[in-house]
Amino acid sequence: MTFSPQLEARFEKLLKSYPPGRERSAMIPMLLYAQDEVGSVNDAVVDEVARRVGVTPLQVNEVLTYYSMLHRKPLGKYHVQICTNISCQLMDGDKLWEHACKRLGIGHKEVTADGQISLEEVECIGACSWAPAIQVNYDFHHFVTPEKLDQLLDSLRKKQ
Amino acid sequence: MLYNEPSPLETRVLTRRFGLPNSASLATYLANDGYQAFLKALKMTPGQIIEEVKISNLRGRGGAGFPAGMKWSFVPRSSPKPKYIVVNADESEPGTCKDRLLMENDPHQLIDGVLIAGLAVDAHVGYIYIRGEYRYLIDIMEKAIAEAYANGWLGKNIQGSGFDFDLYPHTGAGAYECGEESALLESLEGKRGIPRIRPPFPAVSGAFQAPTVLNNVETFCAVPPIIRDGGAAFAALGVPKAGGTKLTCLTGHVNKPGVYELKLGFPVKQMIEEVGGGIRNGKKLKAFIPGGSSCPVLTAAELEGATMDYDSMTHRKTMLGSGGVIIMDEDTCMVKAALRIMRFYAHESCGWCIPCREGTTWLRKILTRFHEGGGRRTDIDLIGDLAKNMLGRTFCPLGDAAAMPTISIVEKFRHEFEDHLDGKPCPYEHATHLVTA
Repeated sequence: MTFSPQLEARFEKLLKSYPPGRERSAMIPMLLYAQDEVGSVNDAVVDEVARRVGVTPLQVNEVLTYYSMLHRKPLGKYHVQICTNISCQLMDGDKLWEHACKRLGIGHKEVTADGQISLEEVECIGACSWAPAIQVNYDFHHFVTPEKLDQLLDSLRKKQ
Repeated sequence: MLYNEPSPLETRVLTRRFGLPNSASLATYLANDGYQAFLKALKMTPGQIIEEVKISNLRGRGGAGFPAGMKWSFVPRSSPKPKYIVVNADESEPGTCKDRLLMENDPHQLIDGVLIAGLAVDAHVGYIYIRGEYRYLIDIMEKAIAEAYANGWLGKNIQGSGFDFDLYPHTGAGAYECGEESALLESLEGKRGIPRIRPPFPAVSGAFQAPTVLNNVETFCAVPPIIRDGGAAFAALGVPKAGGTKLTCLTGHVNKPGVYELKLGFPVKQMIEEVGGGIRNGKKLKAFIPGGSSCPVLTAAELEGATMDYDSMTHRKTMLGSGGVIIMDEDTCMVKAALRIMRFYAHESCGWCIPCREGTTWLRKILTRFHEGGGRRTDIDLIGDLAKNMLGRTFCPLGDAAAMPTISIVEKFRHEFEDHLDGKPCPYEHATHLVTA
């Protein structure tokens, strides 16, 4: 399996970032970066990363199931992550979450029928002073109201 | 960029370059005393550097508050193994959003601090473990690191000193537990983030089983000002046993939520009223969490005379923690708050220690039932008892972190649990809906 030249360059650099014999350290970053490009950590990605860091696919699987950002199945093109943890909940993040579910007709870790948008109720994303906060893929949005969320979802739909 | 207006009551030491044009660039850093601390440290002995950090009374800013200078002094310099510097940028304690700003607005200050730590313990390699959600910070740190290499502030023979240092950003992939130092080191080695038993502590056996200095982003960022202006000047900013400032994240029901750099020992009331602009909608304060959701909550009455520092909070049987202040007004349902906090810990428990894995899940179930109106009177004591049985029975502090706020909420807001009994819908939520309807 090969990746884009940019990702290959990143992997090459990563594998040299750790002490000799400690290539396994690159595993988690490689899985996350590969997922960003491929869309999920599928079997091919698991096998390839295992080969490159010198462990078995089983060992990769054992690790990847621990981390909440790594997923085996593809999510939507736009992954909408709504924080409902305590600081966001106090600012109605939980109501924002319910609003999003109703509006999209999907629930936690589900994808819209067209594959464009997925939803996830997430734990603290580190934007507590600007709550309620969400992330669309890696982009932060602060002080999100149901109206702002509707506009955002509309704009994501238009981007298709 | 900054996400909230600064406050005139701030004492800007670590954040002094925030808001300058291109504050993340090497040019701006160098034009504003950048790397002067490292150059000064080059002329000092390792012992002098550590002594200066000790004099500063800098305590770890990640949550535990361990004296940084002492932590550094535990590293055996004579060990034949390579030594490592690891930056904990896994900021994920609910209520905390400060390290993000330090890396986003002034990444070279962090590199400066890491280099000085490297000189102090004879380390030549460092890693910045950044939580996966903060991808944009990986880009910012990579750019800053590349700029530092290109201009001789990283790499071989830094500024002709003969000192070599390599620094790498490393992304996590979503796990609160990896903010715990030993789980972070496991994760850095490409494993599940499960805590290690201690001793040995990371200072002796950390990254790759070698001596390691592991501190929070804010702790490393405090080092350049300490070396540049002297430990005594930094110490003088704070209180007797804790020097300097603390980046404080005001979250929840205040008019001006935001991240503010305040002197340690800042009065809590003044912080809420003047820095935070008071409780929103003219409401009264019900509960206060000083430093992230792991800390026991305080009532408004308990805040009388309280100041934002380690001792004042310890005296009130809570912790300064990470500086993630959570403010809840009179309309907040404390059962709902306890439930949300427990849902988080149940989700994040790594499952290694049974009291934590089973305790958090069991408590989550009881609190869910309670909040939905299915609670039994005996559950109130059961919640407290279960939580107390988790204390001190786990490898890492996650079990305690889940138990402590829960115990405090049951003790201090028992009447709110009683108000949920007999199948009643949440009386607090209900009241809020009526007001807004």
